[in-house]
Amino acid sequence: MTDVTPSNAPGQHYPPGQHPDLPPPPGTVGFVGWLKTNLFSSIPNSILTILALYLLYSAIPPIFFWAFIDADFEGASRTDCASAGACWALIDVRFNQFLYGFYPPDELWRVYATALVLILAVLPVLFDNIPFRKLLFINTALLPITGFFLLSGTGSGQDALLQTVETPQWGGLLLTMVIGVTGIVASLPIGVALALGRRSNMPIVRAMCVTFIEFVRGVPLITILFMSSVMVPLFLPEGVNFDKLLRCLIGVSLFSAAYMAEVIRGGLQAIPKGQYEAAAAMGLGFWKMMYFIILPQALRIVIPGIVNTFIGLFKDTSLVLIIGLFDLLGIAKTVVTDANWIGLIHESYAFVAVIYWVFCFGMSRYSIWLEAKLHTGHKR
Amino acid sequence: MATETIDGPKRGSLLNDQRTRAIIFQALAFFLVVVFFIYIGTNTVRNLDALGISTGFGFLDSPAGYDIAMSLIPYEATNTHGRVFFVGLFNTLSVAIAGIFAATILGVVMGVLRLSKNWLVSKLVYWYVEILRNIPLLLQILFWYAVLITLPHPKQSIVFFGETFHLNKRGLYMPEPIAGDGFGLIVVALVVALIIVPIMSKMAKKRQEATGQTFPVFWTSVALILGLPLLAAAITGFPVTYDYAELKGFNFKGGMVLRPEFVALWFALTVYTAAFIAEIVRAGIQAVSHGQTEAAFSLGLKPSWTTRMIILPQALRVIVPPLTSQYLNLTKNSSLAIAIGYPDLVSTFGGTSLNQTGQAIEIIMITMLVYLSISLLISMMMNYYNKRIALVER
Amino acid sequence: MKLGKFLFAAAAVTALSTGASAGTLDDVKAKGFVQCGVTTGLAGFGAPNDQGQWAGFDVDFCRAMAAAIFGDAAKVKYTPTTSKERFTALQSGEIDVLARNTTWTFSRDVNLGFEFIGVNYYDGQGFMVRKSLGVTSAKELDGASVCIQTGTTTELNLADYFRSNGMSYESVVIETSAEGRGVYEEERCDVYTTDASGLAAQRSTMSDPSEHILLPEIISKEPLGPLVRHGDNQWGDIARWTLGAMIVAEELGVTSANADEMASTSKNPEILRLLGGEGDMGAQLGLPADWAKNIVKQVGNYGESFERNLGTTTPLALERGLNALWTDGGILYAPPMR
Repeated sequence: MTDVTPSNAPGQHYPPGQHPDLPPPPGTVGFVGWLKTNLFSSIPNSILTILALYLLYSAIPPIFFWAFIDADFEGASRTDCASAGACWALIDVRFNQFLYGFYPPDELWRVYATALVLILAVLPVLFDNIPFRKLLFINTALLPITGFFLLSGTGSGQDALLQTVETPQWGGLLLTMVIGVTGIVASLPIGVALALGRRSNMPIVRAMCVTFIEFVRGVPLITILFMSSVMVPLFLPEGVNFDKLLRCLIGVSLFSAAYMAEVIRGGLQAIPKGQYEAAAAMGLGFWKMMYFIILPQALRIVIPGIVNTFIGLFKDTSLVLIIGLFDLLGIAKTVVTDANWIGLIHESYAFVAVIYWVFCFGMSRYSIWLEAKLHTGHKR
Repeated sequence: MATETIDGPKRGSLLNDQRTRAIIFQALAFFLVVVFFIYIGTNTVRNLDALGISTGFGFLDSPAGYDIAMSLIPYEATNTHGRVFFVGLFNTLSVAIAGIFAATILGVVMGVLRLSKNWLVSKLVYWYVEILRNIPLLLQILFWYAVLITLPHPKQSIVFFGETFHLNKRGLYMPEPIAGDGFGLIVVALVVALIIVPIMSKMAKKRQEATGQTFPVFWTSVALILGLPLLAAAITGFPVTYDYAELKGFNFKGGMVLRPEFVALWFALTVYTAAFIAEIVRAGIQAVSHGQTEAAFSLGLKPSWTTRMIILPQALRVIVPPLTSQYLNLTKNSSLAIAIGYPDLVSTFGGTSLNQTGQAIEIIMITMLVYLSISLLISMMMNYYNKRIALVER
Repeated sequence: MKLGKFLFAAAAVTALSTGASAGTLDDVKAKGFVQCGVTTGLAGFGAPNDQGQWAGFDVDFCRAMAAAIFGDAAKVKYTPTTSKERFTALQSGEIDVLARNTTWTFSRDVNLGFEFIGVNYYDGQGFMVRKSLGVTSAKELDGASVCIQTGTTTELNLADYFRSNGMSYESVVIETSAEGRGVYEEERCDVYTTDASGLAAQRSTMSDPSEHILLPEIISKEPLGPLVRHGDNQWGDIARWTLGAMIVAEELGVTSANADEMASTSKNPEILRLLGGEGDMGAQLGLPADWAKNIVKQVGNYGESFERNLGTTTPLALERGLNALWTDGGILYAPPMR
């Protein structure tokens, strides 16, 4: 630092407090400064940086070349993919199967309609400042009914309004969404009941709820799915049977209900005792107290928790391929068994991985955003 | 309201008494559950009768008749389904324990690196966490398996450590140590070391509390655990020979092998769970107020001591409960082994045995109970640990 | 869940109202279609085609039953079943008939309370290897890695075969045939074993079928056939004679093209009995008189169905072999229709 700059040139004198601001020492600002403080602040840090850079160098360019530069985007079979990179023609040709499974092409508008209904139903739940919120809530409440009839139809025959589409024809992202959304919607009321039961003063009710919750949380989802596909038919009287998808949905719903119950219990515990006492002092009975005072507050707090449960459930829906349902991952595995596309498993997995990731990452961002928002509201 | 006298509640109908109502409600709930189970039970008995499947656990003694690729205990196709159960259970436990071990290490490293002042490293870890935890585990398992079986064919194995290790799509083949005469002494030495270490650490702690003098417990322990057996080995003249894997016919024979099914499952479980553990560790460390670090520094503690004695004990209190549920998740997720044919409990006992015997109810129930027991066991161990490190308020 | 509860209640009510009904045939007639259990996808035997329609050799049997009962082969609904759940699905009444390359064994017939109504495909467990391995016999497979589908009799047969020949192997267990092909093509295993017909189906979809050979050894008997629940003999008879009619039609040379013509012009009393011109076989089964004619017209005889789905003109290119008529050197033999 022996440079002679105007500010510290000899002979310059300023009255006290009049000295002009000195420029920061070189290497502490600008790009170099940023590099120094963030990447090369010490020797171990520099080593880490170099290691990280090497890792990036060895991973990113090959993937990028494979996925974009060297890739083929069009073709009718794998033989049309001449270059060394990915063969995205598979996704191009089988796009509808990835999204809807074997849903009849003529009836696809019903899937779109359901998607629209679903989006409209979810909006008022996720955001509290959108217009017509009350009206949209009616749609939300009706979602199970509208969704069911839209997707599965009202009957077969000429005069039926919507032709029946059998559940084995559902597949891909559609099936993943059906299982995920049904699981979460159905698990809410059961979860609330279980959470209330677990906090109840009645020993038998509490014991039953605790047993159920801990049992379900202690076993893998896959055993519950096996139970629903192999054991449930044995539980029913002869001649009664459910659709395989419905059995799977019941299993998934009960599974997520146990997790939901714990999330909601957290919310219930977060409500100050004063709220219960105030409600009781107002002369409200148990159900009125829960309905008007406790649950609205508790459920509000646990929305991030519910979203996180949903993310988990959304990922777990991929397990249904093990019991023979063609969800998104199931489709990804089956399309590459076609002689035209055989061996393109990496493209297929990569595509569904991106879909799963976009959904889960988006939801987790929402959850974080909401948590931050709720946090400010509750700060004392 | 205002006109009512304050005589207390009137003794009206029993139905209005809260305690009576609670009893009635519970009796009703209990009754309904019992009826539900009786209904299911009678249906099941009738259905099984019609199917001609005899209930009971007699099938556990009948021969299984099929082979299992990987087993920790001796197993042959002529063994019973009961033995299959243990083969599967040990395979489940081995991948779960290996996964917990590796995920903890990787997760802690990632969690600490996430807080690194190095911008690039911190961002890299951020994307590692966000990518891996938002993609279904099953997909990741399938992916790693698909990657592993693109390794070279056994005839073109990747060789390292001077032709003793062979890596190919059928697995990683390693030399297997075989105990010779006098190997018992080494085991005895190890046991002795394992007994001495906790006693020593207790004494060291006592001395420190009494006199303030410290004792390098960690390095002494390492020296004991490694040194004593090594000493014993030197005395007995290293009584270990190695069985090397050799390419014979289609495959390598002899030695030890890590199969791709195991590695894919283990690796996927590790990196997936580590992403969650990293977030838990990060949150735990951030939960410790920065004032603690500053206070420790002002007392003149070295940074390494600060981390070990001040930050970590406090962070652990936040970390351990969610870490427990990650361990539970990992154990339960190991059941996805079935997707790639790793012979765990669900795919052997709960899969093939179920198909061969048709005893769906017994087998699924046993499988569920096993996982439940493992879950409870892990919970108990972690709760015990949590209690030990919990803040003792005076 | 509300919907689920509603459906549960609805199912329970319908069960109560129909639970006492006489037989499967009445139930099937009432609901207007045959619910048929098929595989989750095995080329040639049962798989959804490009349009998502089920097609295949086993699927043809389902269609034939619908043609016999309703005179319309399209009145079938398919339930894909995994090997694990197929038997409970049939037992619980979820499906009316299971046509899913299921091996007829003593324990399944006797113990599990099912009725195999015949054999529609005579099969046996075989081995497929790469030509480049230079293996010509299964006896040379000592120490090999073997890909095998779990939950089937093949797993037991394989263990028995290797044990009795004093050989060892490493089993690579797979869940579905589609997975197995992928794993085999990546050479995770040297050998793929399953029913010989399945191997041919697998080979046909390999990237280069000529690189793989089937070994001559067939290590088991696998008579594959459709099955129904024990105890409803009328329904069993319909299923049995649906298959019988297809075989007899081939013996008599009745095809989908000439069925109508033969019904009116033929002088052969056997043909007339089959096609409903003489006797009351349909009525005895509780079916229309032209039941067998409908089968042959809409689905075809056994030979036509075989050629369409499995035969030499298809990618599977299977020879008739054991499945040729007894008059042509096979063992396919239907009881006489009289």
